[in-house]
Amino acid sequence: MYLADSRSTPPSPTPAVLGRRSAVPGTVLALGTVSLVTDVSSEMVTAVMPLYLVVGLGLSPLGFGFLDGIYNGVGALVRLLGGYLGDRGGNRHKAVAAAGYGLSALCKPLLLLAHTGPLIGAVLAVDRTGKGLRTAPRDAMISLATEPAQRGRAFGVHRAMDTTGALLGPLAAFAVLRLAVDGYDAVFAVSGCIAALGVLILLLFVPGHRRTVPGAPRPSGSARGRRATWQLLRLRGLRRLTVCAALLGLTTISDSFLYLLIQRRLGLPAHLLPLLPLGTAAAFLVLAVPLGMAADRIGRRRLFAMGHLLLLVGYGLLLVPLSDGWTGVLPVLVLQGAFYAATDGVLAAAAADTLPPAQRGAGLALVGTGQALARFTGSLAFGAFWSAWGTGIALAAATGGLAVCTAAAMVVLRLTDSQVTTERAS
Amino acid sequence: MTGKGRLLLLLGAVLVLGSVAAFAVHHAVERAGGRGRPQPPAAADGRVWLAAPAGAGRRMIFRNTAGGPHRDELASVPTDRPEAQRATSKLTCLRFSAAGGTGICLQSAPGPLRASYRAVVVDERLNERRSYPLPGVPSRARVSPSGRLVAWTVFVSGDSYGATAFSTRTSILDTRTWKLQDNLEEYDLKVDGSWYRSLDVNVWGVTFADDGHFYATVSTRGQTYLAKGDIAAHSLTTVHSNVECPSLSPDGTRIAYKKRVPGLPADSPWRLYVLDLRTMRETATAEHRTVDDQAVWATDTTLVYALPGKSGTDLWTVPAQGSGTPQRLASAASTPAFIG
Repeated sequence: MYLADSRSTPPSPTPAVLGRRSAVPGTVLALGTVSLVTDVSSEMVTAVMPLYLVVGLGLSPLGFGFLDGIYNGVGALVRLLGGYLGDRGGNRHKAVAAAGYGLSALCKPLLLLAHTGPLIGAVLAVDRTGKGLRTAPRDAMISLATEPAQRGRAFGVHRAMDTTGALLGPLAAFAVLRLAVDGYDAVFAVSGCIAALGVLILLLFVPGHRRTVPGAPRPSGSARGRRATWQLLRLRGLRRLTVCAALLGLTTISDSFLYLLIQRRLGLPAHLLPLLPLGTAAAFLVLAVPLGMAADRIGRRRLFAMGHLLLLVGYGLLLVPLSDGWTGVLPVLVLQGAFYAATDGVLAAAAADTLPPAQRGAGLALVGTGQALARFTGSLAFGAFWSAWGTGIALAAATGGLAVCTAAAMVVLRLTDSQVTTERAS
Repeated sequence: MTGKGRLLLLLGAVLVLGSVAAFAVHHAVERAGGRGRPQPPAAADGRVWLAAPAGAGRRMIFRNTAGGPHRDELASVPTDRPEAQRATSKLTCLRFSAAGGTGICLQSAPGPLRASYRAVVVDERLNERRSYPLPGVPSRARVSPSGRLVAWTVFVSGDSYGATAFSTRTSILDTRTWKLQDNLEEYDLKVDGSWYRSLDVNVWGVTFADDGHFYATVSTRGQTYLAKGDIAAHSLTTVHSNVECPSLSPDGTRIAYKKRVPGLPADSPWRLYVLDLRTMRETATAEHRTVDDQAVWATDTTLVYALPGKSGTDLWTVPAQGSGTPQRLASAASTPAFIG
């Protein structure tokens, strides 16, 4: 059955796509709205949290950092669980996603009650658990609701809406703080209301427990079509994609390190550091849909691999800066945003191509978790390189590693493509 | 449910949630914007100078955190009558310190996309001399005894979801040459006698001995140290462990600091200690609550520090030699400096 599904997903356009582009499915727009609203809510909290901890509560937040590793590990495991639970009983993605969004929404009012470092840390951890839980079922729903030929565009639309919310959140938070000095409780209350709205939109407007792909095979609840999550790696396409995503993740420099590199190597004043994520997000927002559509045209796996070439150019511009200041910084940020646009939703779309509908959630979680854990390991290694040999050597090593891994990924993923083509031709 | 029913339900929810959000914002505006309704202790516009006129006596200058029109403004009271009406200036600060006629004020200003912060160097009459944009939330500020050097620490947060990864950035500014040493993490660091380099090194809480030397906290791999800094040599050398937010006594012989005492609950891990730099003997003060502040020496024998209070923080005082009991010095006040 999964073979049939993967064969029905050509990397090149079908005549139907060329002739007329169908609208983005309502489910995708609804899920995009949920993500937009939820990101406004969560980024409101993220934006004021440092100020709240240090100025509002008078805490020294240094001790928080070491928990990050634990949160990352837990988040990755919860993501696998979310994907697995969503697949159970045929299709419970909506219920699991609602639980994830609901859990995060509940955390906002809890922030009003938590006034000590450890308690706030615990609330943020639960918030993150909710995020881990909902990611895979949400992506599974997007892929199941969309014609296979247009999944790249659908994920692009979703990621663009998601990023819009992330950009609006800080605006909303600081608007509240401008109205009310020290109004952190008001920020959390507004954030909680917005999060609740997100959950409600999910419950009301995202169809659940119903096949939404016209002509797609019926979901299989039977034991025959199912297998344990890790056994999904026996699917050649998924295995190759997961290995490539993990390899590339190992050599991708984490956002915070990249911004530090930009600041140090391109001579940007430190107080402008907080503006850098905005540049990346803006580029991601603008390019997510066009690159998603490009992925539908030239092949998602191919674009996923090629996206890393963009990042490679960005690292190159840091290694051998052509100019200082903003003229040097902006190209790197645009390349990083383009990299996310070419790889984030595109990876989910590419993974969906290789998976039977009945195990979409678990499979997407597997790829995402593999990538996340590899990125975490990579950033530990990068930090160690930086400590031992300084920024230049660490950056050169990451660039070299990324070049090798990108080349390897292009070979591995192209191979898969040609075999799919052969299968279809035979 | 029909499409119309769903839309109506959504509309209803938007109204209810919108009302809750509006109420919360309104409540916060009333409370903070209670700028019309001043809360005690009493405060009024007055003169706040960093040099006391001859015979005027010692004064404490601090951030007034009482609600009302003078919230967050620098205020001044006589040291011997701390509950007297506060004379307030127009300068608002999150953190402040002063010595030798120089003041350093760390401010915040909410911008459209984020809060922005700056460090303002002020003269004896609180007039701005120069200001510097800051990369994060202000945490600590200090001035050298002569008034020539100022130092500040800010928290820089990571961009990870949940913003739980923090690091510090500490800078030292020479107000004569306006030379700024942006990041003390770039100093050569000697830990337990050998040179050391690691990306996770954080430096915070400078306290000046003179215009060439200072103490600060250095942390790496989960351990904090008291380090002695040499500005000319560009170096930091650890001299003791488990020390945070050091504060050097006026006579330069002792360090008051936050010690992370094993066995205490995670939400109150610190106690206020004093370290004798000659004998390296640690003495616990009589303050048995957790203290998360860089203490200030009011005299050679008395410490002042902030604890959470009803409106912002309250200032408390305790003898440095370990005897006595803590006393509340002033309510709704933080970051004091003693002048004259």
